[in-house]
Amino acid sequence: MSDVVSHIMKDQIFKLAARGMREDGRAFDRMRPMSIETGIVGPAEGSARVRLGDTDVFVGVKVELGTPFQDRPTDGVLMTGAELRPIAHADFETGPPQPPAVEISRVIDRGIRESQMIDLSKLCITPKEKVYMVFVDIEPLDYFGNIFDAGAAGAVAALRTAKVPAKRHGFGEDFPMPVRAFPASVTFAKIGKHVMVDPTLREELVSDARLTIVTDEKGDVRAMQKGLSGSFSYAEIKECLLLATKLGRDVRALKTG
Amino acid sequence: MNEEKKQRVVVIPGDEIGASGLKSGSGTYRRDGKVFAAQLGIRNVRGDFVNVIPLGGRYIPRSGDSVIGVVVEMGPSNWLVDINSPYPAPMHVSEVPWKVEFGDTARYLTIGDAILAKVLAVDEIKHVQVTMKEHGLRKLAGGQLVEISHSKVPRMIGKGGSMIALLKDATKCRIFVGQNGRVWLDGEQDNMMKATQAIKRIDEASQHFGLTEEIKKMLNFSGAVTPQGDKDGE
Amino acid sequence: MGGGSTDIKLIDEKGIRLDGRRVDQLRPIKIEAGVLKNADGSAYVEWGKNKVLAAVYGPREAHPRHIQDPTRAVVDVIYNMCSFSVEERVRPGPGRRSVEISKVIADAFRNVIFTEQFPRAKIDVYIEILQANAGTRCAGVVAASVALADAGVPMMDLVPACAAGKANNQLILDLGKEEDNVGQADLPTAIVPKTGEIVLLQMDGHLTQDEFDRALQMSMNACMQIYELQKDALRRRYATSANDAPDTEEVRQ
Repeated sequence: MSDVVSHIMKDQIFKLAARGMREDGRAFDRMRPMSIETGIVGPAEGSARVRLGDTDVFVGVKVELGTPFQDRPTDGVLMTGAELRPIAHADFETGPPQPPAVEISRVIDRGIRESQMIDLSKLCITPKEKVYMVFVDIEPLDYFGNIFDAGAAGAVAALRTAKVPAKRHGFGEDFPMPVRAFPASVTFAKIGKHVMVDPTLREELVSDARLTIVTDEKGDVRAMQKGLSGSFSYAEIKECLLLATKLGRDVRALKTG
Repeated sequence: MNEEKKQRVVVIPGDEIGASGLKSGSGTYRRDGKVFAAQLGIRNVRGDFVNVIPLGGRYIPRSGDSVIGVVVEMGPSNWLVDINSPYPAPMHVSEVPWKVEFGDTARYLTIGDAILAKVLAVDEIKHVQVTMKEHGLRKLAGGQLVEISHSKVPRMIGKGGSMIALLKDATKCRIFVGQNGRVWLDGEQDNMMKATQAIKRIDEASQHFGLTEEIKKMLNFSGAVTPQGDKDGE
Repeated sequence: MGGGSTDIKLIDEKGIRLDGRRVDQLRPIKIEAGVLKNADGSAYVEWGKNKVLAAVYGPREAHPRHIQDPTRAVVDVIYNMCSFSVEERVRPGPGRRSVEISKVIADAFRNVIFTEQFPRAKIDVYIEILQANAGTRCAGVVAASVALADAGVPMMDLVPACAAGKANNQLILDLGKEEDNVGQADLPTAIVPKTGEIVLLQMDGHLTQDEFDRALQMSMNACMQIYELQKDALRRRYATSANDAPDTEEVRQ
């Protein structure tokens, strides 16, 4: 695939959008089918594989020992990383994470951190000295758009099923990851004047703006990110927020196997 | 389905596929007097040659192929055209049907424009040139582009053009299939969606028995298909 | 290798190993071809507790231009261990071990692929180790080989790979994790079955010359078993294609 987008493809997606339609037949407010499998990688403390349409993402959680941040001496540490590795798409390259991958990591990290999903105080072993460090690594295997939501759903599922390997580190019995919230991420793309949820790769290539909204199970907003050079009106954002709350409930209700 | 067809087999690189007297054709190699498959595909004997018809792989341009290209770069006297192959193809201003002044290329074709083109020449180290200077070749506007595996192009067209004729008759779309796996179609919006779904189905289920019937059903088509006599696929 | 002899008993009196295998027995191997949509070709291999994914992109345009070879395609392999593939988290990014493994695997394939058919182009092979449990480079070669064939890349043959080695003073096939950690020698090998050529060979530890001969024979024999599994994976993926594909000549537009 070439990174040049053909005018024909762009025009077609715009023309369809003007009629309230999308290439894959979805309505603007419908996500692609999502499925989540957990516990698939033995050596990981938690793991998940998420399929969102044709997008396919692996997430692994590792828990190691480390020192706490100076300003939070009694809290464990959470680190979320995403890489756009070249196995997943012809245009991805090797090398250190580029700004797009860093943005994905940080937006997913914010949803988990700001919803206080993990009770980090329960991950402290010795204040100021020794804490558990939770690494969440997101690896797309097949990229067909909207890694934000697929990656976030995978990270949340992997964390919810993760254990803290206390025994391996010599600090008593293993215990479940101290989870107390259930954030869900929903991403929108704006194509011309039209806003649609869960963009495919082809839709992403022609979209002007992107909006990710993370809500918790109470429907409160925990993280947001507007991306790309386009913009959203206040009314559009309000509408997205309503839909993100509703679709977030659907994501949370998904059975993980 | 005749007996001869039923015997055709999938071969894998390294499989011995030559019988005595057969020469090494495309997708094969010769070693120690024997012929082996070099590519995953279907064994095929034609005349004295044993060939492998590939089931996958990238499109490698051959001179004379009709292709759909997308302009990816521009210079003062040429364009660079992506033809869905490892080798992007330069097209000089002398190879377009317009008289283009030096430095005025953008007025005729810009980055992102799709064109119907023909592969003019491919040299030994795969320098490819394409041309638009032939009847029927032109810039494509409107409609839709769909990408399929170039190895599915034969199935997309069908025996004697039967599959493409079915698609055209059932959807009233204009359809052009490039040898490089790009398909352009244009017609009424809903019909285009139907045609696109059918094309994607052909791409993923090309190996299924009764695919033509399945596509007919999918398109709600029960009439007879117009016989295809035309040369350029349109 | 952990080096030297060890007190840990890896093989019992009856010649049965910790995981129940005989000394000359492979771990269970499962191969699936064509598992990814974006890649031109792909394969997934489960080999014991190893889980390995390989994808091929290309032949495609090679850039920057200075890496182009006017006579043949460049073959590049990236072997990567996912951070969560082993007990102790792997820092993302290429370490010296991954760089070396990538190189020896690329070297193994360069003369097997008919690279001269694609001058100036590039063939990229990506091997992702999702779960590692000793023997990932061999599993990577096996997966990459199936992915290359699945991508329609012209090549002389498939390339199977397997390791033999030594533990508790006995020669063993296909070392498991504990055997790899505390065993006495490891000899990963990849071959071209058609010609008998050995295209990947590494060794560490300690073997007598006689032991080396026998270990190599052992791994080469195992390669032939794995070769059949590779072919079977590709045949399964394309099984139904044979009867329905029209001749290209019939259907030129």
